[in-house]
Amino acid sequence: MKKSKWSVIFPSLQPNIEKLFTDDSFNPATENEKENFIETKESVTYWQEAWRRFKANKVAMISLIIIAIIVIFAFIGPLFSPYDYSTQIRGSENLPPSWEHPFGTDGLGRDLLVRTMYGTRVSLIIGVVASLIVLVIGSIYGSISGYCGGKVDNVMMRIVELIYSIPDVLVVLLLTTALKEPLQSMFNSSSSDFIKGLATLGPSLFSIFIAFGLLYWVSNARIIRGQVIMLKQQEYVTAAKALGAKGSHIIKKHLLPNCVGQLIVTTCLQIPSAIFLESFLSFLGNGVSAPMTSLGSLASDALGGIYSYTYRLVIPSVLLSLLILTLNLVGDGLRDALDPKLKK
Amino acid sequence: MAKYIVKRIVQAFFVVILIACITFFLMNMVPGGPFLSEKALSPEVLAAKEAKYGLDKPLLVQLKNYLLDLLKLDLGVSFKMQINRPVLTIIMEMFPVSCKLGAISLVWAILCGIPIGCLAAYYRGTWVDNVLRVFTTIGVSIPGFVVATVLLVIFGVKLSILPTMGLNSFGSYIMPVMALSLSPMCYVGRLTRSSMLDVINQEYIRTAKAKGLSTKVVIFKHALRNSLIPVLTYLGPLTANILTGGFVVETVFSIPGLGRYFVQSISNRDYPIIMGTTIFLASFVVFMTLIVDILYKVVDPRMDLSKEAN
Repeated sequence: MKKSKWSVIFPSLQPNIEKLFTDDSFNPATENEKENFIETKESVTYWQEAWRRFKANKVAMISLIIIAIIVIFAFIGPLFSPYDYSTQIRGSENLPPSWEHPFGTDGLGRDLLVRTMYGTRVSLIIGVVASLIVLVIGSIYGSISGYCGGKVDNVMMRIVELIYSIPDVLVVLLLTTALKEPLQSMFNSSSSDFIKGLATLGPSLFSIFIAFGLLYWVSNARIIRGQVIMLKQQEYVTAAKALGAKGSHIIKKHLLPNCVGQLIVTTCLQIPSAIFLESFLSFLGNGVSAPMTSLGSLASDALGGIYSYTYRLVIPSVLLSLLILTLNLVGDGLRDALDPKLKK
Repeated sequence: MAKYIVKRIVQAFFVVILIACITFFLMNMVPGGPFLSEKALSPEVLAAKEAKYGLDKPLLVQLKNYLLDLLKLDLGVSFKMQINRPVLTIIMEMFPVSCKLGAISLVWAILCGIPIGCLAAYYRGTWVDNVLRVFTTIGVSIPGFVVATVLLVIFGVKLSILPTMGLNSFGSYIMPVMALSLSPMCYVGRLTRSSMLDVINQEYIRTAKAKGLSTKVVIFKHALRNSLIPVLTYLGPLTANILTGGFVVETVFSIPGLGRYFVQSISNRDYPIIMGTTIFLASFVVFMTLIVDILYKVVDPRMDLSKEAN
């Protein structure tokens, strides 16, 4: 047999048939061999895989632990304190830090440790609720726009572009200013217990939520739209359509569940930005109403006594910065874990 | 290209109108109107005042008048803080201070941010990169008012080496500029680093290396140019960022600029000033974004901005 040109250059490419197949090769497989074919590794789901990647990320894990500690501090801490965030103790105004009051007391005799706990709680609640609002509106709007395509998409995206170009902080500041009194009078006139309960948080909080509902969902909507456009060309969507599924069903059952990684990451990164915004508003005096407090308004209150009571400013500021930093780091870690393609 | 520019200008115009409408309706939601918190006025005086400012007409007529006035650059007069002075005059008086501070901060943020990003990309994976990454991550996470007050306490009060208020000397610019530019600087640094790393993996960089050019020339001449494009797009949001950051910084350092005045007008509920300043600053931001978008198109003609990027 004439050897081909390539087998001269790569002799190993020439299969040695005698060596490949012996007489044993055609016997049925033994039990031992069969067992070797069974996967000994358990199959790993998307979430297990993501969690494994997340655990490997030390920075994100440490941040997650710090956030857990802050959450415990904010939600369970007040149970162990004999003081209340609004009770003014006569005769113990402006106390320096001591065993009785670890963070001291403020000018009205309120224990600052408890106020810091409540402030952290309010900041966290604002962050989470605002991001959930953004998540719901953004994902519904974005998925409808992406799924329908064509003219609907065009019009919907023009609206997004318009809202996107509005300088958000200015409008939020305006909203919180203008809505303060109407909301306050609504709270006062209402007799329902639910609204009364909401009223303790104050009207500014609601203006923040309204602002997020009006302005901040657009970037989320864009991300989801892009994702949906990519996903809707997949075969399972075509199959669902062929089986006669309605658009709303396809979005709910097929498209959104497949964007879940993206949804979690964007929501997670929205939380620190909401906390950031609230602290900014509180600092300018448009935040939660007294006696309720937030980290931003604690810092703002401390500004008056900045020369003699510097620690009052330092404590909420450090806590706020730490909270925003760790939330950002966890968000980044989640993005790397849930969407490894994006990692740089 | 011309079509794109026209489209962007029309869009910017609509945004400004939209903001004006939002502002107008929000201000009308405030119960009682602007005169309520003053001393109790007799009904006749109140009616006369309302007639004077055109507040007795139907809402849509008021809106029409307001928008027409806006086209004539008439933003009304102040109700409370500087009674009967035109809002536009007040803004023009205050804005140069804020504008100067903002411009210095912007230039400083870019001048420091880009080298930070370049260094981090050049030394990627080493301790330099890690230190810079920690610094920039912390920098973007700390709210502006924390930076401003911490600077004020350390350098103004404890060490008392820098003036704590006003903008009179060179030294008094240092702290406000630092406070205002820290977070944009860190953001620009992060942006430059990541886009630089993107660019470094491209073919023309390999060609430049293959030609035998030194790493420094490749990074700073070939890679830097293209990696600055994302930084350019950030200029629009950066302007908005610095303007709104100015509210806090001007309040903390008692700088007589538009930002502090705006904050004061909010707590004083001087609605014409709030409306006027919002529309003015918003238009300014929209205008800056417009210019940046057009520049972007000029710098990088590959970008098709009329199509929605995913």
